[in-house]
Amino acid sequence: MRHTIAVLVENEFGVLSRVVGLFSGRGFNIDSLTVAPTNDESLSRITVVTRGDEQIIEQITKQLNKLIDVIKVIDFEAENAIEREMVLVKVNAEEQSRAEVLRIADIFRAKVIDVTPKSYTLEATGTPAKVSAMIELLRPLGLKELVSTGPVVIGRGAKGWKG
Amino acid sequence: MKMNGARIVLECLKREGVDTIFGYPGGTVINLYDELFSFKEIRHILPRHEQAGVHAADGYARATGKVGVALATSGPGATNTITGIATAYMDSIPMVILTGQVPTALIGNDAFQEADIIGITRPCTKHNFLVKDVKDLAVIMKKAFYIARTGRPGPVVVDLPKDIQIAQTEFEYPETVDIRGYKPTVEGHPRQIEKAVAMIAQAKKPVIYVGGGVILGNASEELTTLAKQLDIPVTTTLMGLGSFPEDHPLSLGLLGMHGTYYANMAVSHCDLLIAVAARFDDRVTGKIASFAPHAKIIHLDVDPTSIKKNVRVDLPIVGDVREVLTQMLKVTDAKNKDLAAAKEGFASWKAEIDEWKSKHPITYRQTGSTIKPQYVIQRLRALSDPDAIVATDVGQHQMWTAQFFGFTIPRTLLSSGGLGTMGFGLPAAMGAQAAFPGRQVIAICGDGGFQMNMQELATMVQNRLDVKIVILNNNFLGMVRQWQELFFDKRYSSTCMELPIDFIKLAEAFGAVGLRATKVDEVDEVITKGFATKGPVLMEFKVAREEKVLPMVPAGASLTEMVLAS
Ligand SMILES: Cc1ncc(C[n+]2csc(CCOP(=O)(O)OP(=O)(O)O)c2C)c(N)n1
Repeated sequence: MRHTIAVLVENEFGVLSRVVGLFSGRGFNIDSLTVAPTNDESLSRITVVTRGDEQIIEQITKQLNKLIDVIKVIDFEAENAIEREMVLVKVNAEEQSRAEVLRIADIFRAKVIDVTPKSYTLEATGTPAKVSAMIELLRPLGLKELVSTGPVVIGRGAKGWKG
Repeated sequence: MKMNGARIVLECLKREGVDTIFGYPGGTVINLYDELFSFKEIRHILPRHEQAGVHAADGYARATGKVGVALATSGPGATNTITGIATAYMDSIPMVILTGQVPTALIGNDAFQEADIIGITRPCTKHNFLVKDVKDLAVIMKKAFYIARTGRPGPVVVDLPKDIQIAQTEFEYPETVDIRGYKPTVEGHPRQIEKAVAMIAQAKKPVIYVGGGVILGNASEELTTLAKQLDIPVTTTLMGLGSFPEDHPLSLGLLGMHGTYYANMAVSHCDLLIAVAARFDDRVTGKIASFAPHAKIIHLDVDPTSIKKNVRVDLPIVGDVREVLTQMLKVTDAKNKDLAAAKEGFASWKAEIDEWKSKHPITYRQTGSTIKPQYVIQRLRALSDPDAIVATDVGQHQMWTAQFFGFTIPRTLLSSGGLGTMGFGLPAAMGAQAAFPGRQVIAICGDGGFQMNMQELATMVQNRLDVKIVILNNNFLGMVRQWQELFFDKRYSSTCMELPIDFIKLAEAFGAVGLRATKVDEVDEVITKGFATKGPVLMEFKVAREEKVLPMVPAGASLTEMVLAS
């Protein structure tokens, strides 16, 4: 099962390596990981997407909580959370396909952020499902380069850190 | 008062009640050593290798329950500490390891004797700190000791760049610490405790399975009271030996790979397993799928990650082991009618266990004049002080000590359980002796592991650490040889030590006393003389070379599939 876990950590030297080292040292999966400071300067927030059965996910959250620099861990359930990721994607855009790329961009509300005679670069934001649906449509046209932030997640309403 | 970082470190140690440290000097800690020169409140012991220094601090911690402290210089000094740190980490030993580091401005430049010790020790410490500003130093030291000793204890590294040791600042030691991401649970949840007691009242065949956490958490007394009060048999892991008196009828001794027949049978047939501060190590459980197959499991531990890591658990209780056992004792006394009724039912279960006990006791045969290693262990017990501290190395002699010594007092067995570190025994004994100069401390080693840290004979002689060293010399890396005999067709690949070493001359070269027994009737004489002789004494026993540790559960087999002694 895929899980999106948010980890609130001390904004300190070496914290990311502790979190990443925990995953590699114990053989847990990381599908994606993002990290950035929060509105509280002393804190950073890591969002990690991982996979595993119930027992593994329980171990992951417990092991994360055990790290001294980890302040809170939330294993978000889909119904209580909003997940978004951003991708920048460079696609082949030559005569026949130029219009098609724009059409797809339009459907997914992606922005064209760079244009050359041979390519378009699009910026798209959305749920991981939406973003990957767009990628799949673009793929046959010739994906030159794809970069993704990986998902970030926030709780709905009262769910989250202070709920 | 204004003082330099080096002095601050020592002032912090003093305030943490540290009286002894084990350290080795070098360029990046020379300032610390300069302060130590005139700092009389702390005894500094110079081992002959940093690994041994850390093991010694570890032995000190295991024997006393206090935080052990070791010190090493940057680069090679720091990397030499790794095995010691990993050993302490696996067994949850409270320690603070201070390492020198190159000056802050040079970090990352591949400076002379630079090693990224924070990166290297990250996976084998409970936590680690790089001090980047002398103003943070006192707070970091306070946090390091607090983290090392609370919750599930463990080693903490503090990396001290040279310029931090030189820089001056106002010294003030904080009274308290607050780490928002670190709040170990102390009390057990009352409802979980109620449920546990109800489960015990329902049980017909309960067993208590005790791990090293009971010793680390100073809960042996509570555990013993509870077991006696409930009349439930107790088996312990290697790390748990000494938590429950092995001479008590409820004791089943060791369980697991080299556990007793009756402990393994009891665990395999029980209907309730009460795991107390144990972590279901694979050497204990054997094949997980057939571990305690008929049992409901209650698991009490201070570390939530230990619970449900390896086995399913029906009732978890997170909390400090001593606290939780005290909470339980409040509701398990004579007034509890359900328990009183259940207890009567335990009689037939205990009778079943007694049958297993008499059918296959822990045993060996001493025939002829060749010394059986088990015999030496039994004679050591008989001739040593009741409160003697025994440190073992790793291998067959370690398991024979666990099987035949009969531990009755917590913190009298010091052994590397989790990492299984050869070379641990001798320096650990040295550390315990430094803590308890008046007590008998015995290091039981194989001829292989002894050679991994034998340079410490010098430290012992120099510092009058009068450890009585026992070498069970089989001229083999015995434990590996045993596996080769059983599972590799006696192909003794690189386990025969070929070269016969004159250990007596070796002891004498260091200024210690050496004694040797080659026949069974010399054993008592050597032990008695060894114990009576002042100073460090090395006693070598030439033992039966191909004796096996039995019973044995082959790796990956179920606990009931034991190879038994004939
Ligand atoms: C540092 C280290 N290296 C290797 C091993 C693997 N090992 C486990 S027991 C053992 C043999 C120990 O031989 P010895 O010290 O002579 O003790 P004996 O088993 O003969 O009692 C070995 C090599 C280990 N545990 N630790």
